[in-house]
Amino acid sequence: MRYLRFLIPLAAFAVLTGFLMKGLWMDPHTVPSPLIDKPAPAFRLTQVADAGKSIGRDDMLGKVWLLNVWASWCVSCREEHPVLVEFAKTGVVPIYGLDYKDTRDEALKWLDRLGNPYQASLFDPDGRVGIDYGVYGVPETYVIDKTGTIRYKQIGPITPEILHDRIVPLLRKLNA
Amino acid sequence: MRKRLLAWLLVLLVAPFAAGAREAPPVGEDPVIERRMMALSEELRCLVCQNQTLADSHADLAADLRQEIRELMQKGQSDEQVKRYLVARYGDFVLYRPPLKSTTWLLWFGPGVLLVGGLTALYLVLLKRRRLLAAEPLDADQERRALALLSEDEGQPS
Repeated sequence: MRYLRFLIPLAAFAVLTGFLMKGLWMDPHTVPSPLIDKPAPAFRLTQVADAGKSIGRDDMLGKVWLLNVWASWCVSCREEHPVLVEFAKTGVVPIYGLDYKDTRDEALKWLDRLGNPYQASLFDPDGRVGIDYGVYGVPETYVIDKTGTIRYKQIGPITPEILHDRIVPLLRKLNA
Repeated sequence: MRKRLLAWLLVLLVAPFAAGAREAPPVGEDPVIERRMMALSEELRCLVCQNQTLADSHADLAADLRQEIRELMQKGQSDEQVKRYLVARYGDFVLYRPPLKSTTWLLWFGPGVLLVGGLTALYLVLLKRRRLLAAEPLDADQERRALALLSEDEGQPS
């Protein structure tokens, strides 16, 4: 009973430290998306490479795919791009781009220069589809399953570690 | 006369700059909607610069979202509907006033629980102290000395 008066503050301190420790490892810029495990928002957009061809959400049903939000003006996308180009070569999953608030000219030049990992890039010049997907910091990447449900969202550049630890295992599970 | 001339000269000098000044960005045609939009965006967080409201932020996305809110309001949506629209896309994080639900109980009630807990602890400690004081009566010697001191005090004019 006598120890209690020391144990209670000690326990309170431990709890507080626990919260603060957790806070240290969290990135305040990564806001959990409410769209996880929800149906991907509908869209129909023309392709960057061909204004005459369009792709919609429902065209993608039946396959697991990645939607990568990028833009030619986005600095972190440049950092991420080689990772995507390499990953696309493995053919594990089709990657589609969402070219966010960009111009066709700049986007095509960018893909020419840095390589094109995308099956196709969707052209979203006014960022409307971006808003529907809750995009707030490019690059962002969504893993969408066969039923058109969002299963994972990566905010910020994809790194080889994230691919290896999170995305590839998830894809394996979704494709099983 | 001379003063007036000077004033006119000054006007002429400044006029070209005034003409070149940038106009305020176009606001919606409807001042009522504009006012509602600004009032609502005071309560919403910009996701790009997270310590600013949507109303304050100069981020591109904030401007887009203000435009989106404007258009939703023009379509006749209520403030509540607009909020729900944004929460569906960006999560509760966009609200400066987080909703009351199981994940936010600690946030809402934590400070109150701490306050009540602290006051209870203080009360208990004080109670215990008073009991300790009362539980130690004076022995005969101490009592005699105390009485002596008291009567001594009475004898002197204060």
